[in-house]
Amino acid sequence: MKLPRQSLFRAAVVLLLAFIAQIIPLPAAVDVLRPPFVVLVVIFWSLRAPGVGGIGMGFLAGLALDIYRGALFGQYALATAVVAYLGVRQHLLIRNQTQFQQGLYVFANLLLWEFVVWVIDGWTGQPTGNWSRWLPVLSGTIVWPLVAWLLDRANAVAHR
Amino acid sequence: MAAYGSGKRYLSQRSAPIDLRFAAYAFLCVALMFFDQRGGWLESVRYGLRAAAYPLELALSSPSAAWRFTREVFEERAALQAENRALREEIRKLQLLAMQRSRLERDNAELRTLRTTATDVIEKWLPADVIGSETTSLKQRLTVDRGAVNGVVEGQTVIAGSGLIGQSLRVGPWSTEIILLSDPEHAVPVQITRTGVRTLALGTGDTGVLSLPYLPLQSDVRSGDQLVTSGLGGVFPAGVPVAEVTEVRRDGASPLAQVRARTYATLDRDRVVAFVWPRASHPAAGGKPQSDTGGDPTATAQPLPPPEPAP
Repeated sequence: MKLPRQSLFRAAVVLLLAFIAQIIPLPAAVDVLRPPFVVLVVIFWSLRAPGVGGIGMGFLAGLALDIYRGALFGQYALATAVVAYLGVRQHLLIRNQTQFQQGLYVFANLLLWEFVVWVIDGWTGQPTGNWSRWLPVLSGTIVWPLVAWLLDRANAVAHR
Repeated sequence: MAAYGSGKRYLSQRSAPIDLRFAAYAFLCVALMFFDQRGGWLESVRYGLRAAAYPLELALSSPSAAWRFTREVFEERAALQAENRALREEIRKLQLLAMQRSRLERDNAELRTLRTTATDVIEKWLPADVIGSETTSLKQRLTVDRGAVNGVVEGQTVIAGSGLIGQSLRVGPWSTEIILLSDPEHAVPVQITRTGVRTLALGTGDTGVLSLPYLPLQSDVRSGDQLVTSGLGGVFPAGVPVAEVTEVRRDGASPLAQVRARTYATLDRDRVVAFVWPRASHPAAGGKPQSDTGGDPTATAQPLPPPEPAP
């Protein structure tokens, strides 16, 4: 299987940018609302280009989150891989939905992602935090159209 | 080839292995979590990865750090200037305080020596600041800032740091003129401590210099002898240090020895002196009754505090 190298490079750059957006220092009040950009990007690539993104990308991005957040190894990796897997599985279906329905899908995916992390936290005896850990699910859903639009624009420019 | 061209192709190519791939990744994740939860060997991996991530974190935090720095430089300049001003003000105040303090320390040291001068014949003392002085060869006087209001009377003994300095001459309500030992019109009955010889020490008009003109040629006096008040004459209590003999000249032309002495008190330099009240019942008190009535209670004579134990 041959993957388009340019696209892979672009996906890596976008993922790196998302990671930067994920870890750049912000004031605490904004930090609890910070959308999970990395997951949004993984979802985007899974939906738009399953060959470029996909489960491997989700796994690696999640592993990076594990390292950054000091979580159990594989915790975020599993959650992100699950989301990527669902995206790849259903990208043909989702692609045909309206923006609103795609938003709902993203919301469900982010919820699932956070849920997986939360469950693993609970099982392994980590602190599970309070309600504020679910705020990024909302903020992520809200910024999703913007992220998708930006990345689509970037892709369009790259393909012109 | 387009990045996300024909999904169908991907779908058709990958739909079969994709579940398998996910299962493999999921298994890998679970295994990782299991080992991470169980044992510590992943700790070192994590440590290394965190170390590798550090430059990235540093690079990412640098813009905000730079922004903070810039803001501090520009916005807090005014605050810093204000703080600087306040600190300067504070420094000025503290310098003033330090000056006052060093002055107080000097005063305190002088008062300490005053007290060691005071013998147990002295019942009360009243410190006074020198506010004026006249030390010519005709007149050797001091003016101090305590007077009748404070209970000072005429003819009262005045001591300074290391010994007798003179007696009160003219007492005003708030100030007193003191005639110094070295005033040419002043005489003080003294006793040479080594031999017990009693004589008079006259002022010479030369500040701090006394002459003892009434000692016969053959009298036992020599340079270095200590003179204290003899207590005769009823003005000064006995035993107050007065002077030290500095010069003894015996030439045949006069039947008397020419003896000079230098007062222990530095008459022209002391800034704090003390009026003393001898203990009336003490045999060395000298006859004259002393009054200490009336006046400003905050500035009247204090009972002499117990002397400090000798070191």
